[in-house]
Amino acid sequence: MTAPFGLIVVGVAAGLSWPLGRAMTWAMDPGEPQGRHRRRLETLLRSVAGRSALRDQDWKRYCLSLLAFNAMMFVLGFAVLALQPVLPLNPDHKGALEPSLIFHTTASFTSNTNLQHYAGEVSLSYFSQIVALMWLQFVSAATGIAALAAIARALSGRPNVGNFYRDVLRASLLVLLPLAAVVAVVLVLGGVPMTFEGAAHVTTLEGVGQTIARGPVAAFVAIKQVGTNGGGFFGANATHPFENPSYWTNLVECGCILLVPMACVWMFGRITRRVRHAVVVFAVMGLLLATGASLAVRSESRPAVALSGLPVEATGNLEGKELRFGAAAGPVWGALTTATSNGSVDCMHDSLNPLTSLVPLAGMWLNVAFGGVGVGVINMLLYVIVAVFVSGMMVGRTPEYLARKVETREMKLALLALLVHPLFILGGTALFAASSWGAAAVGNPGAHGFTEILYEFSSATANNGSGFEGLRDGTVPWNVATGVVMLLARFVPIIMPFAIAGGLAAKRPAPETTGTLRTDTALFGVVLLGIVILVGALLFLPAAVLGPIAEYLAAATT
Amino acid sequence: MPTTNHDAQSAKLARRQARRASLFETELVRTATVQAFVLLAPWRMVRNPVMFVCELGAVLSTVVVALDVVRWSAELSYTLAVTAVLWGTVLLANFAEALAEARGRAQASTLKRTRKRTLARRVTNGGESEVASDELRQGDVVRVASGEVIPSDGEIIEGAASVDESAITGESAPVVREAGGDRSGVTGGTRVLSDEITIRITTGAGESFLDRMIALVEGAARQKTPNELALTVTLAGLTLAFLLVTASLWPMGRYFGVDIPIPTLVALLVCLIPTTIGALLAAIGLAGMDRALSANVLAKSGKAVELAGDVDTLLLDKTGTITMGDRQATAYVPLSGVSAARLAAAAMRASFGDLTPEGRSIVALGERTLGAGAPAPARDSRVIPFSAQTRLSGLDSADGHRFRKGAADAIADYLRQAGGVVPDPLRGLVESVARDGATPIVVAEDREALGVIALSDVLKPGIHDRFERLRAMGVRVVMVTGDNSLTAAAIAREAGVDDFLAEAKPEDKLEYIRGEQRAGRLVAMMGDGTNDAPALAQADIGVAMNSGTQAAKEAGNMVDLDNDPTKLIEVIEVGKQLLMTRGALTTFSIANDVAKYFAIVPAMFMLAIPQLAVMNVMGLTSPRSAILSALIFNALVIPMLVPVAIRGVKYRPMGAGRLLRKNLFVYGLGGVLVPFVGIKLIDLVVGATGLF
Repeated sequence: MTAPFGLIVVGVAAGLSWPLGRAMTWAMDPGEPQGRHRRRLETLLRSVAGRSALRDQDWKRYCLSLLAFNAMMFVLGFAVLALQPVLPLNPDHKGALEPSLIFHTTASFTSNTNLQHYAGEVSLSYFSQIVALMWLQFVSAATGIAALAAIARALSGRPNVGNFYRDVLRASLLVLLPLAAVVAVVLVLGGVPMTFEGAAHVTTLEGVGQTIARGPVAAFVAIKQVGTNGGGFFGANATHPFENPSYWTNLVECGCILLVPMACVWMFGRITRRVRHAVVVFAVMGLLLATGASLAVRSESRPAVALSGLPVEATGNLEGKELRFGAAAGPVWGALTTATSNGSVDCMHDSLNPLTSLVPLAGMWLNVAFGGVGVGVINMLLYVIVAVFVSGMMVGRTPEYLARKVETREMKLALLALLVHPLFILGGTALFAASSWGAAAVGNPGAHGFTEILYEFSSATANNGSGFEGLRDGTVPWNVATGVVMLLARFVPIIMPFAIAGGLAAKRPAPETTGTLRTDTALFGVVLLGIVILVGALLFLPAAVLGPIAEYLAAATT
Repeated sequence: MPTTNHDAQSAKLARRQARRASLFETELVRTATVQAFVLLAPWRMVRNPVMFVCELGAVLSTVVVALDVVRWSAELSYTLAVTAVLWGTVLLANFAEALAEARGRAQASTLKRTRKRTLARRVTNGGESEVASDELRQGDVVRVASGEVIPSDGEIIEGAASVDESAITGESAPVVREAGGDRSGVTGGTRVLSDEITIRITTGAGESFLDRMIALVEGAARQKTPNELALTVTLAGLTLAFLLVTASLWPMGRYFGVDIPIPTLVALLVCLIPTTIGALLAAIGLAGMDRALSANVLAKSGKAVELAGDVDTLLLDKTGTITMGDRQATAYVPLSGVSAARLAAAAMRASFGDLTPEGRSIVALGERTLGAGAPAPARDSRVIPFSAQTRLSGLDSADGHRFRKGAADAIADYLRQAGGVVPDPLRGLVESVARDGATPIVVAEDREALGVIALSDVLKPGIHDRFERLRAMGVRVVMVTGDNSLTAAAIAREAGVDDFLAEAKPEDKLEYIRGEQRAGRLVAMMGDGTNDAPALAQADIGVAMNSGTQAAKEAGNMVDLDNDPTKLIEVIEVGKQLLMTRGALTTFSIANDVAKYFAIVPAMFMLAIPQLAVMNVMGLTSPRSAILSALIFNALVIPMLVPVAIRGVKYRPMGAGRLLRKNLFVYGLGGVLVPFVGIKLIDLVVGATGLF
């Protein structure tokens, strides 16, 4: 059951993403004329959102609303976590959290990252888990979907990109909530607990007392997987038997990682009415994902270096794996969860073979193999703009994207947005690696310790949230640094593409001729793939060499 | 006719070729070498962010050299070598720009020679005074007699003259310029051969087209074009990214207890940032202007040349562009019962007195069809010239026969007056000729109609192929003609244009351009008359003929010195080539980085992590030799690509997909592979010195 696991997950998710993309387009961009039921639904949504949802917005107002809304959510989340001791639904009497951890956790969940410097079952009450974190898991994912829908509208040439509040409601109530509800029910059927009772205190057969943490796990896990959030109810995330009891729940949860990010590509294609272009983008993302997953499985089928020469060497690397899922499920999940910005984990990434750990890292560095809900496609748009610019010149015309000229302003914004990524990953790693903040926190010496630091900043910057672990990152410098990085790396790459799309929308569209570079051909797919790989490799190869590659080479030659 | 035209064309091309300097002419190279050092000034370098960073790196590395000298460090030879190559890189980049500039200046100076100071006779309140040509102001009126040089650009307000414009166009045959009409513009520096003309000066000293063009190719007035600016921003962004990569390596090295030497970091940075395209970017732009100029087109801005590559719709006048200037007799169509020979003879006689090209072509066709039996002009016959009243012309022979030719209705009137009858089949004949795109001329002898001469527009040789090429580029060709739509449709079909504008008035042209622009298309057109001016101004690319009126020249954004209506096609190709060259070299530059990484990254950390030797796929001699070789390759690529930058990437009209595939293969894949070979070869040399 090893090799097929990845195939089943990716295949089924890709198959389901097509109808889901259709449904999401219906939900996010109903267009005119609307049927009677849909009109009633829209009226209902408007009454929920109030007056603010009535007016159509241009891209600037939309962005302002997006930022204002997320700021409000940040404050709300922060307040709930800070007031945890006095708030209800706290059967196990969880105490107050350290302030920098509250900041880090709120930033983490607001930015759809879900990097956790705490263990949920130890530190958080049910109220905090549901009202602060689960709530943020919904609205942060909805923010991503809304942003993509609005950018797609702008790229299709509409001056008004919609209304943020209306969009965020549509995304929450019409897309995420129904999907999460279905998944949660499936998970409950699969054995995931769903209860508000406190931890169970039991006496084991050996007569020892044991506390078994539980709670409203199924609901939490559902949105965690569907909304590329990845923050687990338990510290051990999807390796915990209550989050992910069996092979079948593992299959469902793993598929859920890909479902909405994949469907977002189709939604983008439908709103811009460029489905063929979306097919090309989907194919490029799919190819990157499949390559990553198969490399991970392949590399992880070799035994850990520590076991070489021992009688157990015949098996693959089983360290840090959940054996109930099989040996391949861990690396597949690891590749998928980092290529998208999900960040839930199904095995210990710290224990992966050195070259395998390059796969999750590369996934976060590129951050475009479907990426986060909504924002994955938005990230890819930046690469598309660069690809269009370079190849557009090569056909002897001023570069155009979706019939609009790509000029200085677009390139400036696209590059600034793309620069955010290496700035925080390399800058953060360099700062911590050279100082005692990093050197004192690593769990291993040498290249492996370097990878731990690199991984943490990659995860924060890519809004991924998975942990390499082994790093003592629950300290004030780590909390503050990664907290700030997560927020900036979340919102800057959303606003810049908005500005690009808004600017493009204001330009006069040019008709397409035989002299125009087409973005819906396999050839353009090759160019796009080349640009993504080349840019990614050029930016991160030195860091990769110092971390996983050096570790691999050192182990291989000793 | 076609052959002579072809000869003239090839002669013109040969002349242009001669005016074009060879790539590395000694004189140019010398000028460029000196200029390369002048360009080192930081305030000039800062215009080019990539090379500016490179220069800063060289300065930083020089400081390290100074420190090494003070400490007499063992590293000195290595530091010195890196620093030398860094400065070499900057100088080579400057050399590329300076060479392109020098070529432009050489082109301009041939033009400049025509702009010598001359004395002008300025007309003032009835009198005349002599002033120097560079003191003339706009609005001054000067008189120029035969043998004198026209002092500045202007418009003839009185008289007509033949003018020798060879100084500007290279065309030796004199042209006629006259007051009023569309041939009233004269250019400063050209010489009047006969007669005297009075000219109103239209541009002040230093502002003529020539002045502006010279300023543009010399780089003095050069502003970055929109795409050049966008590319500069892109390259600056990439530079910033690689700055980040290299800058973060030093602290990362500290984690491993490695102190990476500053020159090594600078070497990595300079290898990674797109120096190749950064160094050649200015040269590519200058060379584009230069190519436009060697096609004898004066562009008012670099932006116009760049924009030309984007043209979607091309408006071309039918007459003189798609067809030969004049209509020619192509067939005799006799009425039934009339022999073709009789019709031909009558048509010839009716045209003996008609000296217009049309009349001559009728005689010529008759001579061809009748051979030795063709009638000769008789001395005592009487020519009936064309008149507006009768709208026909002809000849009364000495033996009393009257030959007439004219439009169908004019001949019908004539026959009725003469007491003859208009045969019924004539109308059908006339219509069928018109449907084929020809103009029917009816021939009558005495009181009898004989048949019809078909006067057709003759397509210029090779025009069909040129349109085919334009279509491959994605350009729509629209023919503009005063003909009725029946005739226009026939010619349009024959020439292979995509659309036509029949019975076109200047307003129609303007409206058509606006319509195309509303649909988002970029329109180019060519014109010469004053009534073309609004359309020239409205069009995105308006090319005015040099022989045209001042108004037309002011309205357009380019002036064609050859007055060649098909020049637009060349202009479009120059624009496309310009962008393609930028794209191709950018791709090449970035693709080069892959190999450089394989050379430098393992070399940097070889001491701390010896296992990285596996990454040394090229088998380079030593870490230092590897870094130096990559850096030297990076510098040498610049002069190697100067020919590509200046001549432009080869452009053949084809669809966007094929173009992209071809360029990706050559410059993308080539860009990845070439440096592996190049660096290895350089390493063999560097390693052989035994110094590193």
